[in-house]
Amino acid sequence: MAKFATNDDSVVVIIGSGAGGGTLANELAQKGVKVVCLEAGAQQSNASFINDEWKSFSQLAWLDTRTTSGSWRVAKDFAGLPAWICKTVGGTTTHWAGASLRFQEHEFRTKTVYGTIQGTNLLDWPVTLKELAPYYARAENKMGVTRTNGIPGLPGNNNFKVMHAGAKKLGYKEVHTGNMAINSQPRDGRGRCLQLGFCFQGCKSGAKWSTLYTEIPRAEATGNFELRSECHVTRIEHNDKGLVTGVVYFDKDRKEQRQKARIVCVAGNAIETPRLLLMSASNLFKDGLANSSGQVGRNYMRHMTGSVYAAFKDPVHMYRGTTMAGIVRDEAAHNPKRGFAGGYELETLALGVPFMAAFLNPGGWGEDFAWWMDRYTHLAGMWLVGEDMPRETNRITLNTNVKDQWGNYVPNVHFDDHDNDIAMREHAFRQGERVYEAAGAIRTFRTPPYPSTHNLGTCRMSARRQDGVCNKWGQTHDIPNLFISDGSQFTTGGAENPTLTIVTLAIRQADYIARQMKARTI
Amino acid sequence: MRTIPIQATAAAGLSGCNEETGDVPHMNLPLARREFLKGSGVLMGTLATGSLLAGLAPSTVWAVELKTLSKAEGEAIMAMGRVLYPHEKLPDAVYALLAKDLDGKASGDAAAAKTLKDGVAALNQAAGGNFTQADAARKLAIVKAMEGQPFFGTVRGQCITSLYDNDMAYATFGYPGSAWEKGGYITRGFQDLTWLPEPGKAASPKADL
Repeated sequence: MAKFATNDDSVVVIIGSGAGGGTLANELAQKGVKVVCLEAGAQQSNASFINDEWKSFSQLAWLDTRTTSGSWRVAKDFAGLPAWICKTVGGTTTHWAGASLRFQEHEFRTKTVYGTIQGTNLLDWPVTLKELAPYYARAENKMGVTRTNGIPGLPGNNNFKVMHAGAKKLGYKEVHTGNMAINSQPRDGRGRCLQLGFCFQGCKSGAKWSTLYTEIPRAEATGNFELRSECHVTRIEHNDKGLVTGVVYFDKDRKEQRQKARIVCVAGNAIETPRLLLMSASNLFKDGLANSSGQVGRNYMRHMTGSVYAAFKDPVHMYRGTTMAGIVRDEAAHNPKRGFAGGYELETLALGVPFMAAFLNPGGWGEDFAWWMDRYTHLAGMWLVGEDMPRETNRITLNTNVKDQWGNYVPNVHFDDHDNDIAMREHAFRQGERVYEAAGAIRTFRTPPYPSTHNLGTCRMSARRQDGVCNKWGQTHDIPNLFISDGSQFTTGGAENPTLTIVTLAIRQADYIARQMKARTI
Repeated sequence: MRTIPIQATAAAGLSGCNEETGDVPHMNLPLARREFLKGSGVLMGTLATGSLLAGLAPSTVWAVELKTLSKAEGEAIMAMGRVLYPHEKLPDAVYALLAKDLDGKASGDAAAAKTLKDGVAALNQAAGGNFTQADAARKLAIVKAMEGQPFFGTVRGQCITSLYDNDMAYATFGYPGSAWEKGGYITRGFQDLTWLPEPGKAASPKADL
């Protein structure tokens, strides 16, 4: 691994090493660009991952103080944990389930297709599916997505069998084991899935793609890349011309450091990314960096989510094998006849006993709760994930009443479900129940949203500078050498799990940055 | 298999007297005598002989030491745990973990200790003396009436990890826990469900073994 001086102002500083930051870092390093990647979390490995839900949670999750507000149920159930994302090298690619779906064509132009919806801030993306298609292809190849590039689908587990039987009986057509960035056969130096059942806890076999053991070591091998883990960035600095010049961070030993930079790319996930821009406010940028539109932190999206669990007379053992083992895609299209705009996916999901107790019905107790836990081996489960509406009022702000371990204001996550989100969730719950009823369920249960894993939109792309924070390349409208490199860029959320699109945008952004550097425009 | 996180004790009487002094211990528990004098409590019980858990445990006798709560307070909390999460199949030893973990929180945190002690007193008062002696319907009504109070929240919240994140709970509910060291489920039944039609190869390709 390379080592760069803190006063080397020729480097690109990337904040975060997950799907966006880790991918961008490797893509740039491969092109000969010098990269310093600052990661707040510690280094783990396949060997150090733990097949134990709570222990792994302590090891990987971002547990710095955060606060919540708004009418969403997460604020009540998990007031201090709005998001279930990671603080570790590799970011949330250690924890993600692996679902890798391309956005649909219309999801890049929702304002045009959905029309005006009261109380939303819908906007068309400044980029189309057609423009992204070649980059999607590169991302799928890089990540080894099943059912692309001749890679077979994964074998379905028992949980999938239940979903499949019910969905087919109900008349759903597109039901299969998904497009997963999990090896169904050995590929790219990594083995095939062992059906461990601990996808969320960091994949010990390495079958699931994570930047931790793909992009990052490859970037290191170029000699153009330095990873600094346990380095928490607290400020991005700029000069009087309004260009960013470097970042200030606390290192492993809690010592404050300053790294100079030619370009800064922020990939801290959609809560920390806008928080960092807001924390970097200055005399020149009084409302925070790149915030002339006032849109930094706004339009926070977290996907419409919910889960349905079902109890059966016969055993299922849903915990065996891939956590997200299969999908129903028939509800993903935009079909306003259902009473809402946008679509959703039904994806299997399983939790172990410890997390079932925590998430099945937060706050619940008594005979009924016990009834469900008693039938643990006879349960099947699915997650519902769909497009939620961007709203200016759903936003990340600095909570000036609470400080973190570095003395900085913590982020507050405010969210109110839009009527469209509520209507979609109701429909999705009903369809999920119908799937399981068709498969012979004794009872079904509607589990409310988990802390958000898909955090999006808080520094969104826009064609016009007054509508968003960055352009179609993720380059901020206000500061040409400051980039947004994670899901914060998303103009709208789509129905699909976002990682593939984050990786796609990172590959494309790397091409753009390298071109601009060569042309010396940044 | 992890060690059951309860101090295992050999059956009383088996270890005999101290060779040097000749003292015969009253109870064969790994406790310092000083701690009894401080007024702490010990919760004890046995796992039913022949039960699933008895076969897994190093001993059928279990004991939990309390540092701040009394034995009676520990028992009241165990009883409240059973009202909140009533699992016939879960032995008392698991509910004792709840008392142990709450006792741990109370030790060194005077405010937490007061919340718990006052809460138990309120349980007893509502039961007209001793909560553990109230009948099931009465217990449920008493606990239900406390919902929303800090004591209720503390006990209920602690139940989630104390009752459901231990080896006895795993065994009781049929959850094997860590799968890595056993090679995952690729050859151990991840698709052994036979009571529904097979999805077919297009939807679910054959496993690559």
